[in-house]
Amino acid sequence: MVLFTVNGERISTNVNPSTPLLWFLRDNLQLTGTKYGCGMALCGACTVHVDGNPIRSCSTPLSAVAGKKITTIEVIGKTPVGKKVQEAWLAEDVVQCGYCQSGQIMSAAALLAKNKAPTDADIDVAMSGNICRCGTYNRVRAAIKVAASGKGSPAPAAAPAKKPAKA
Amino acid sequence: MDKLFTKQPSQNITSRRRFLKASAATTGGLVIGFNLTIGGRLATAQDAMAPVAAKGPNLNQPNAFLRIAEDGAVVVQVKHIEIGQGVLTSLPMLVAEELGCDWSKVRSELAPAAPVYSHTAFGMQITGGSSSVVNSWVQLRTVGAMARMMLVSTAASRWKVDAAKCRVANGMVIGPAGQKAAFGELADAAAMLPTPEKVALKSVKDFTLIGKPTKRIDAPAKVDGTAKFGLDITAKQIPNLHTALVAHAPIFGAKVKKFDASKVNGISGVTHVVQIESGVAVVAKSFWAAKNGRDALQIEWDLEGGSTADTAKMSKQYADLAKTPGVVAKKGNPDAVKGAVKSLVAEFELPYLAHAAMEPLNCTVSVAGDKCELWVGSQLQTLDAAAAARVAGVPVQNVKLNTMLAGGGFGRRTNLSSDYIVEAVEIAKKVGVPVKMVWTREDDMKGGSYRPMFAHRVEAGLDAANKIVGWNHTVVGQSLVAGTVFEGGFVKEGVDATSVEGIVDTPYDIPNMHTTLHTTKNGVPVLFLRAVGHTHTAFAMETTMDELAKLAGQDPVAFRRGYLAKQPRVLNTLNLAAEKANWGSSLPKGRARGVAVHESFGSVVAHVVEVSMEKGALKIHRIVSAIDCGLVVNPLTVTAQVESAIVYGMSAALYGKVSLNDGVVEQSNFDSYPVMRMTEMPKVEVYFVPAGEAPTGVGEPGMPPIAPAIANAVFALTGKRLRSLPLDLASLKA
Ligand code: FES
Ligand code: FES
Repeated sequence: MVLFTVNGERISTNVNPSTPLLWFLRDNLQLTGTKYGCGMALCGACTVHVDGNPIRSCSTPLSAVAGKKITTIEVIGKTPVGKKVQEAWLAEDVVQCGYCQSGQIMSAAALLAKNKAPTDADIDVAMSGNICRCGTYNRVRAAIKVAASGKGSPAPAAAPAKKPAKA
Repeated sequence: MDKLFTKQPSQNITSRRRFLKASAATTGGLVIGFNLTIGGRLATAQDAMAPVAAKGPNLNQPNAFLRIAEDGAVVVQVKHIEIGQGVLTSLPMLVAEELGCDWSKVRSELAPAAPVYSHTAFGMQITGGSSSVVNSWVQLRTVGAMARMMLVSTAASRWKVDAAKCRVANGMVIGPAGQKAAFGELADAAAMLPTPEKVALKSVKDFTLIGKPTKRIDAPAKVDGTAKFGLDITAKQIPNLHTALVAHAPIFGAKVKKFDASKVNGISGVTHVVQIESGVAVVAKSFWAAKNGRDALQIEWDLEGGSTADTAKMSKQYADLAKTPGVVAKKGNPDAVKGAVKSLVAEFELPYLAHAAMEPLNCTVSVAGDKCELWVGSQLQTLDAAAAARVAGVPVQNVKLNTMLAGGGFGRRTNLSSDYIVEAVEIAKKVGVPVKMVWTREDDMKGGSYRPMFAHRVEAGLDAANKIVGWNHTVVGQSLVAGTVFEGGFVKEGVDATSVEGIVDTPYDIPNMHTTLHTTKNGVPVLFLRAVGHTHTAFAMETTMDELAKLAGQDPVAFRRGYLAKQPRVLNTLNLAAEKANWGSSLPKGRARGVAVHESFGSVVAHVVEVSMEKGALKIHRIVSAIDCGLVVNPLTVTAQVESAIVYGMSAALYGKVSLNDGVVEQSNFDSYPVMRMTEMPKVEVYFVPAGEAPTGVGEPGMPPIAPAIANAVFALTGKRLRSLPLDLASLKA
């Protein structure tokens, strides 16, 4: 029997304690916002918070979260930081396919909860474990800065050229 | 492949309209269904598709692109899959521009498989060739315009006024005396009208939505975890849903000889172990149980007849083959190079590439009686539904394929063999319960359908005036379409057009260019990957142009301009990138720039890349891009797609390589197949060449020129020419 809380709800389960938290969330609790990308702590798609710290749920067995508080993408918007991050993501029009974005947002929210004004280097450290095959990295970085500053900014648009350049 | 997709539909489609029907849907409101035959589709592609298309799924679908509900909600059925490229936003924009609705009321839904959703140039439901907006450009604006006319007619007859004196704005019809009626209140009555015979579409200067930066409709659901991808189907949606994993053969083409499941049976949650064509499937109540079950399987494989492909050996074979002329793809004068004053020989090698989309492949299937239902992120619904019907043993019209959001596609879901769909249906049929078949990341990476390995050899020369006098180009690699339903459309006289696209149709005015192709075979499954043939041809073309510029003692941009006099789009795009990057201006010591420009999918992209070496490692600081993609429908999407193609292309340039050792794929996950991460991201700036009355491709054209631009920058910095991908950066340290 393992006991912990998920998004504020007390959970007790007889599922084999070696089961990764990711699959318990997805298959048993049907919280599918947390994604599977690699299963080896290489891509960050499965990032959730355990007692506020970002962890890779694909490589975290249930036994390791006994007695802990787990927060997933489904409720991160209820925290002030999570809400700011999600708003910044919309302001910067970050997402493409969207599959990596739960993990990106969970990593970003954990960063901003501890560091109100992260530098580029801080962002690199916090986000380098999150792969995005669609290549949204620069927008993720921009959105983190927007969330940190508390200011919305218009989504980045390409600057159209005034006229075709001449040879 | 781009030529097949980007051919513009002719503008006279309304006159060729076969039928169009509007009807009051069961949900109420106005529903516009649409079935067009349009001019301009290529007979070759159509012929290749005809047998499949004719037998394609004929589903009991609303056959509608547009529904206007009584509350004013405008729901657009998007016939292309959303794989990140933004179609859930850009396609509804086309409808809304003509409809004149309130954009905030627009929702989009992924259309299921149905003939009405066929690609207008390709005759089947497919997402590829950067053509989603291109092939919908006339079609969806026509849908919007027809609905608008019907709503206006309804209001006009209600007010007893001339319809021509009414206009629309923000989801309202407005009458000559200022009367107002919301679309929602008119929708039911409008649905009773016959559809308009003639539709006049707005001219570009009157657009109010197209061309405006428009945020993605699908973003909110993708930031709060509620967006449902294929992998997110659970027992909540499909009762008694099981998860299946398949133990695949260690080499392509091997078969199960025998297997022992005795250690699997004790694992809690495992319900079935069944042999299928491609391996052994373990079915369980959860992913983790299925995974444990699969790990406990003992399988003896029959390797006889399996692939023994070995990339180290192929490297030598391909290089040798490239030294001999192949089948002529485009005839020139191969002897012209002999008259050169200065000449060069450049040999290129590009590896197999895995798509490695973020969401590992998966497919959910329920087979019940003579019905089969699928939930899958498919870029090629028509073929996937047909394959499912075949395996399930049901008529194709009894197949219902629900298109799911996909965590990336990059061509892997334009699945000519329907490999993972076939597996899932076979399992579901065998075990008699609905299954979600999941490929782990390792299955996905080892599962084949790669961008093929290619070798190129170019022999080119300059005359005394430093002008190109000849260019002999030989390409070696597997055909993407041989043995598939696409073969007839793509392969002509022994040449697969996708193997040489970007060379034989180069915009450069190169005299005497002679191109030949060796098509190889080796049992490794291959497939389209973002930008298809251009992924390798642009590298050979643009590296060679750079080498020739050097040989001529000229600036790389100036040298290229000399061959683009008749190509204003390419020239303007190159010039815009050069101008924005301050090409030619001095850089801090230890930095250098490289450039490349390439035309694909009807569009042109140029990149200027700025690099340095820091602590023995290559650092890419800045990428300045220019794109001419015709009329820009959504600037946010276009910018995002160029950024995306750059990152995807950088991963391929710097890291991407699938190698095989005696048939066994050596990569399995993101540790052995690294991809770009945030720490390596340069600054990226994207500029548009203002152009065009109609859009051209966007999703792919940014990728081809990035690898050569980086390699050319590396050359400018270090004097080392890197002609293989991924770039051998270790060699720069020496
Ligand atoms: S799925 Fe957990 S890090 Fe990739
Ligand atoms: S948005 Fe597609 S993987 Fe990141």
